[in-house]
Amino acid sequence: MLQIPLWKRAIILGLVAAGVILAAPNLFYQRVEAHNDAVAAAEKAGFETAEQAADRALWPDFLPSGLVNLGLDLRGGAHLLAEVHVADAYKARMEALWPELRRTLAAERATIGGIRRVPGPEGELHVQIANPEEMATAVAAARKLATPVVTLTGVGQDDLEVTAAGGKLIVRLSEAERTAMDTRTIQQSLEIIRRRVDEVGTREPTIQRQGADRILIEVPGLGSAEELKALIGTTAKLTFQPVVRRNATPSAAPGLGREILPSAETPDLYYELESAPVVTGDELVDARPDFDQNGRPAVSFRFNPTGARKFGDYTAAHIGEPFAIVLDGEVISAPVIQAHIAGGSGIITGNFTVEESTNLAVLLRAGALPAGMTFLEERTIGPELGQDSIEAGRIAAMVGLGAVVVFMIASYGLFGVMAGFALLINVALIFGVLSAIGGTLTLPGIAGIVLTIGMAVDANVLVFERIREELRSARGPARAIEQGYQRAMSAIVDANITTFITAAILFFAGSGPVRGFAVTLAVGILTSVFTAIWVTRLFVVTWFQRRRPKTLSL
Amino acid sequence: MAFRLKLVPEKTSIDFFRYQWVTLGFSGAMVVASLIAVLIFGLNFGIDFRGGTTIRTEATQPVDVGAYRAAIAPLDLGDVSISEVFDPTFGPEKNVAQIRVQAQDGAESLGPEALSAIEGALQAVDPSLGFEAVESVGPKVSGELIKTAIIAVASATVAILIYIWLRFEWQFAVGAVAALVHDIMVTVGIFAVLQIKFDLAIIAALLTILGYSINDTVVVFDRLRENLIKYKTTPLRDVMNLAVNETLSRTVMTSGTTLLALIALLVLGGDVIRGFVFAMTWGVIVGTWSSVFVAKNIVLWLGVKRDWSKPAPEGPEDARP
Repeated sequence: MLQIPLWKRAIILGLVAAGVILAAPNLFYQRVEAHNDAVAAAEKAGFETAEQAADRALWPDFLPSGLVNLGLDLRGGAHLLAEVHVADAYKARMEALWPELRRTLAAERATIGGIRRVPGPEGELHVQIANPEEMATAVAAARKLATPVVTLTGVGQDDLEVTAAGGKLIVRLSEAERTAMDTRTIQQSLEIIRRRVDEVGTREPTIQRQGADRILIEVPGLGSAEELKALIGTTAKLTFQPVVRRNATPSAAPGLGREILPSAETPDLYYELESAPVVTGDELVDARPDFDQNGRPAVSFRFNPTGARKFGDYTAAHIGEPFAIVLDGEVISAPVIQAHIAGGSGIITGNFTVEESTNLAVLLRAGALPAGMTFLEERTIGPELGQDSIEAGRIAAMVGLGAVVVFMIASYGLFGVMAGFALLINVALIFGVLSAIGGTLTLPGIAGIVLTIGMAVDANVLVFERIREELRSARGPARAIEQGYQRAMSAIVDANITTFITAAILFFAGSGPVRGFAVTLAVGILTSVFTAIWVTRLFVVTWFQRRRPKTLSL
Repeated sequence: MAFRLKLVPEKTSIDFFRYQWVTLGFSGAMVVASLIAVLIFGLNFGIDFRGGTTIRTEATQPVDVGAYRAAIAPLDLGDVSISEVFDPTFGPEKNVAQIRVQAQDGAESLGPEALSAIEGALQAVDPSLGFEAVESVGPKVSGELIKTAIIAVASATVAILIYIWLRFEWQFAVGAVAALVHDIMVTVGIFAVLQIKFDLAIIAALLTILGYSINDTVVVFDRLRENLIKYKTTPLRDVMNLAVNETLSRTVMTSGTTLLALIALLVLGGDVIRGFVFAMTWGVIVGTWSSVFVAKNIVLWLGVKRDWSKPAPEGPEDARP
């Protein structure tokens, strides 16, 4: 009969309590945000200022502090969609290859004769050979320049494709290398952009790859998309500097023409370096994940001709000494020079995993964007407009909620009161779940909540109407309630699953505000089914067991 | 017994098929009218789908559309449309205008030079002018957004079709989807007639309407399925009428509460999402109509297999004596 086992009651009430507690921080949004910012800043810096301590005290540590993220349309900020010209990188790569190819072919001059570069399509090298009958030798020589493509998934094709046609030697990048390069180009761009955006210290920027060659950048609180564009264009500073000594004390005064810089990897490790760099990142043309002769992950890099000469001279003179690779004032690595590095390319070994060497390669190239970018879409929302929207949404939600509750009470009396109470719990649960999963609330998302408020009572209405019908067929109140819930179930389930399907499709097809709406709608469907089926039923059953009414006034 | 608000009497026995040619004909006419409206007036596509730039300005001075236009005209940006935005929540000190500039050549969004030129020219007209929101979408992205939107609406419809087919019978699925297509068409039609901005958010609203309308339809179908088992020999038409009558109170209640919440948002929610909320409000009305007057009529036409001991249905159910 009408009974809910104790353990079920405990679970229902427990979930409701958890939802309400998780939602609570959102009522004190600014306080909790200040608290969270202070905690994050202190954690990052390793110590806490008095100001941060004051902010932290605004919200007790033991309470949940998860908040619903506010989307750009509510918080204000800048949104940019950039397209990276991945093909730029192919061209640069082939241009950089030309001196090497010329040297290699010149070594075979005795057989193949004179060589001359002739114009070809972008991203290809076309070389005219004087003795076309010796083409096989030229091709073989050029193929020696190719190296296998190294990716995280394994070793595949060679990076270069060497062919011959009409007395011309043609060198182009293989398909595998192009794909690998695209990924590298995007990764590097992401990394550079992330560093740039982090530097201005805004809250939670979103920087992510979209599709094959696009990057989405969202920075809350930034004045305009133009500002963001200017920021992304700035170049990072990479230098190669001689190491004077390891384990320097940070407080000690460095010698003349020297500086003390911290290690990026090891905390509390400082290096004393010569201030004048041997080479800078401006002279680096490429850095890629690679393997050394022992098969350990490493990073290979290449300089342009001037950088190569300077680097070659320096390494020849300082074998066995360490030199530091410095990025943004931090020593990212300080390898020991193993041998004279001529030809402008070298390899950095260390205690790397494949992933680390991939990352380091990205970092090494972080000095300059590897390819140009076009901005396809940009949106700037002023913080005031967002605040107005929040205000309007809040008022509309409250009025809507009030109207629905009054309507329900007028229609169903005591049952309407219970449904109204469940509706309040439902709204709290939506915020609780969104806070817990770190969901983003957008302006359409607020509309989604208001819509959910209207639709959430649907399941209750289905049940109540059903109970009324069962009462009419002269069943006792207990039986009517039980049957009402049981029979309304399939309609509730089918109706909500179909709505859930559309929410899921919205999530996958949409982006930004629309996606926020989809998440809110989906969460709203789940919580409203939960509150209607379990929470309201718990109320009804508890009330019924206490009062044991002979008739139901519904 | 205490007072109860009853929008629908306790027991109704309305014959929803009595005027089915009028109601279904009305729906059909609306769909055709919507198609014609879209063809004649076209949709007022937002920059999401057309590319271009919108600038939302706010000033303490009243908006002077003519002066704004005169200021921007020398910049030679092609088609520029300027409109004042009204909202009951704005005070006299808040004068908002929306400026739309057509997409410039190339794949890019509006360049920084053009943007600062516009902003400079406008501020020369009214120094109190602030730029609340600037959005720019290049033609390349807008083309893709149209494609994504169409795919989203189509795949949602197909997914619902499949789900209903699995849970009920294929006739129900066809009926439900016919109702959905009706809802989408009529909503798009009103956007063409009223020339409300049609952007990505409206697509989200359309999908939500799909969800709402199917929700309503499924409730009726669920009752129909139950009654089909209960009354094995009653003609299909009568079983359907019974199902709609039995669920009528619920249909009206749910539409009522949803509309209450949406109307609150429509009036108080601010001008930024008014188009979006309008689409949903309209959609709830249309969706409720279609689940009562469109979906089940189609199912009646197609007939439902009632007796599973026989291999196949013998024509439409209500044709039997």
